Amino acid sequence: MTKICSVRARACRMGAAALLALIAAVPALAQPIAITGATLAIGDGSEPIQNGTVVIDAGKIVAAGAGIAVPAGAKIVDASGKWVTPGLVSGFSRVGLAEVPAVRETNDISANSPFSAAIDVAPAINPLANPVAISRNGGVTRAVVAPAASSGIFAGQGAVIDLGADLSPITKARAFEYVEMGEAGAAEAGGSRAAMILTFKMMLRQAQDYARAPAAFDGNSKDSLLNRVDAEALVPVITGAMPLMVHAESARDILAALALRQDFPALRLILAGATEGWMVAPQIAAAKVPVITAGLEDLPSAFEKLAATQSNVGRLVQAGVSVSMGMLTGDDALQLRVANQQAGNMVALTKVPGATGLSWGQALRTITLAPAEAMGLGDRLGSLQPGKAGDVVIWDGDPLEMTSAPVAVWIDGVAQPMTDRQTRLRDRYATPDEGSLPKAYEW
Amino acid sequence: MAFSNRGVSLTVAAVLLASGTTPLAARKDKEERPASQGASAEPENPYPSAYRPYGGRPTVLRGATIFDGEGGRIDNGVVFLSEGKVMAIGGADTPIPADVVVIDAQGKYVTPGVIDIHSHLGDYPSPGVDALSDGNEATSPVTPHVWAEHSVWPQDPGFSRALANGGVTTLQILPGSANLFGGRSVTLKNVPARTMQGMKFPGAPQGLKMACGENPKRVYGSKGREPSTRMGNMAVNRQTWIKAREYQQKRAAGKDQTRDLGMETLADVLEGKIMVHNHCYRADEMANVIDMSKEFGYKVSTFHHAVESYKIADLLRDNGICSALWGDWYGFKMEAYDGIKENIPLVHKAGACAIVHSDDQDGIQRLNQEAAKALGAGRRMGIDISDEVAWTWLAINPARAMGIADRTGSLKVGKMADVVLWNGNPFSTYTRPEKVWIDGALLYDAFDPKRRPVSDFELGQIGAGDVK
Repeated sequence: MTKICSVRARACRMGAAALLALIAAVPALAQPIAITGATLAIGDGSEPIQNGTVVIDAGKIVAAGAGIAVPAGAKIVDASGKWVTPGLVSGFSRVGLAEVPAVRETNDISANSPFSAAIDVAPAINPLANPVAISRNGGVTRAVVAPAASSGIFAGQGAVIDLGADLSPITKARAFEYVEMGEAGAAEAGGSRAAMILTFKMMLRQAQDYARAPAAFDGNSKDSLLNRVDAEALVPVITGAMPLMVHAESARDILAALALRQDFPALRLILAGATEGWMVAPQIAAAKVPVITAGLEDLPSAFEKLAATQSNVGRLVQAGVSVSMGMLTGDDALQLRVANQQAGNMVALTKVPGATGLSWGQALRTITLAPAEAMGLGDRLGSLQPGKAGDVVIWDGDPLEMTSAPVAVWIDGVAQPMTDRQTRLRDRYATPDEGSLPKAYEW
Repeated sequence: MAFSNRGVSLTVAAVLLASGTTPLAARKDKEERPASQGASAEPENPYPSAYRPYGGRPTVLRGATIFDGEGGRIDNGVVFLSEGKVMAIGGADTPIPADVVVIDAQGKYVTPGVIDIHSHLGDYPSPGVDALSDGNEATSPVTPHVWAEHSVWPQDPGFSRALANGGVTTLQILPGSANLFGGRSVTLKNVPARTMQGMKFPGAPQGLKMACGENPKRVYGSKGREPSTRMGNMAVNRQTWIKAREYQQKRAAGKDQTRDLGMETLADVLEGKIMVHNHCYRADEMANVIDMSKEFGYKVSTFHHAVESYKIADLLRDNGICSALWGDWYGFKMEAYDGIKENIPLVHKAGACAIVHSDDQDGIQRLNQEAAKALGAGRRMGIDISDEVAWTWLAINPARAMGIADRTGSLKVGKMADVVLWNGNPFSTYTRPEKVWIDGALLYDAFDPKRRPVSDFELGQIGAGDVK
């Protein structure tokens, strides 16, 4: 992709209306913003506070809390009666990789390719995909984007992006390598978990061979499981320079994933899925491996999910595991905005006898700071602590309620347009009757 | 011969015995009208419901906020359930009989049980393995002869989650949408049972599942078969209706014809006995179906998925057709591209019938939250809908669209005691069912671990009986 814009120059846009909206937002970069009077949630697990203030300057959070002084010259945004949170972070998605997932031409999620581990989603992400804007208007400002496997157990390298209305979506490219280790991994490896584990180990050993002597590596020999490019891509995984996100659902697959460190001690693991994680919560906690999960899975929808329960998240958190919500099920390219529903239902569980849920603050953490930390970006994103990215959302009510919605969104301190294709359709059809001209003239 | 068919209804036999018709007369009738043999042998109900209410103690719920399911609200209300029925409903001054269980429901909410008009539980059960995948007879675009009930696996764990987490007491199981004519649907009470018949809603009309658009044309077009286009969809539909009308007219006139299960279904549609549930996303396709229904003289009950209903809400209102909709699904396929969160409130605002549906084993557990999404989106654009009116999307509206509104779908005296006690406002994410009654039987109680069904599939497995 031609680099049209620099990372900071968010005014670089396509579309006249959106460009105007961004030009209007540009002064915000020069002028501090103070959001006042809000019910304020920091995102770090603490409970919301009343009459909170957030100050954003130069794209960063300067201060957030109660009793914060509004700096001189700041643009004041009155959020009385409203709620303010950090922008939501989707811990797992495929947003920007598909406009309409079932329309093949628009879908860049997976490929039948000679390459696997080396595939890098970053240059394929389309920041102008409509689901990006729709998700942003649901309060999601950052997302983990993973490729999907279809040419072996390794899917390739995922990214962390922002969902800003501009052409520079990448927060961190090559943020992790993704590997399938459960039922899907077995299928990709030829049909068994035994083959899957062996394939994994042999591929990493060949990548070690490559690292020792790149020039001598023969990716074309019949004994080779990896071509040179994929071998090279796995080297930082072995050294721990790049996290390895392992999709595993069942308790036994999770333990098998944790055991990979016996052969490759430097692996930096992230567990994705982990529907049966609660069964091995102490082991996950001891291994200090973060979990990204769907939260609401409670059916044995596969044999690798027999012990599914909505209490999975609560039990993992109680055991000391860092848990994030992500689109491990459902429309991973489209529906990132259900993050608040995933979190809110964890709060509901606290009222169900025998269930384990989360406090409100803990629940918000699973969709803000926890996913940022899982990606190694906890110092830059995910909460309203000073120095972090100015990703802020004002909501018209409790953000974990389905009747609420964002009324303002900032990403890196830049006010975002609140319209998208869906709001335009809504406005066109506010009444179904046609006027003196057809609906096509109403825009 | 006529009555040697398997599955002859007891009703027909009983009527013959009771009517005093002599065997001779019966034979004479048979001889005179051999042509009617096939038709007269068509049993009304060969797979009858074996469901019997499980019974419960007379119970009063006192002090709750009640949404009655027809748009009414009672604060600090009283509901009395007995003999499987709603016996009384009213305000705080409603007399409470002696010797009944009284539940203090102050601060809580009471609603009629949630009705999901679009489910595939049992037909596409958990676990989702090929061996249990029985929802689409995708071998021909025209399969009105198949019945979804014959695929229902009562041990699907999804039923119990819909009950405990979703408060779902009634659901319609539809065939999938691979085919233009997918087959007959079945309406179930959400009670655990050994057999499908043990769940079957007594006397509920069957539905006919039809499908517009991408699915039929993709499934058959990819096999090099008709239909491969939307015009092919319509042509096959129309050709089939022509045949069905001929069959129906012959049947009505008692003329000779070979019994045809598919044509029986379609003839029953033409005679208004079976309700049409049409999977259809796009506004333009719904308009084509409406015209087709007039061309052949049948009625569409409900367009399902209907992500573009908001574009033709006036047309749907004028034709008395319901829309069964998601709260916020959009864009996963081309024909879903124009889905918006305001679809349900816009349909409602136009005076058309709106229904929240799931089509999903997870969504069915949170239909109240899907309704909340729609409610919030509507209010933000100035469509003022109260909570109690929004509950009609989950109650009386689907009940009407399924032909069971005289028995369930609202808390009216004499109706089935299908009731949910919620531990807060059910439009809140923080609220869950506390107790669920079906025909007055307490089948879920959050405070009693044993009042939580565990299907055969889950029994003895890890996690069985866990709070799900």
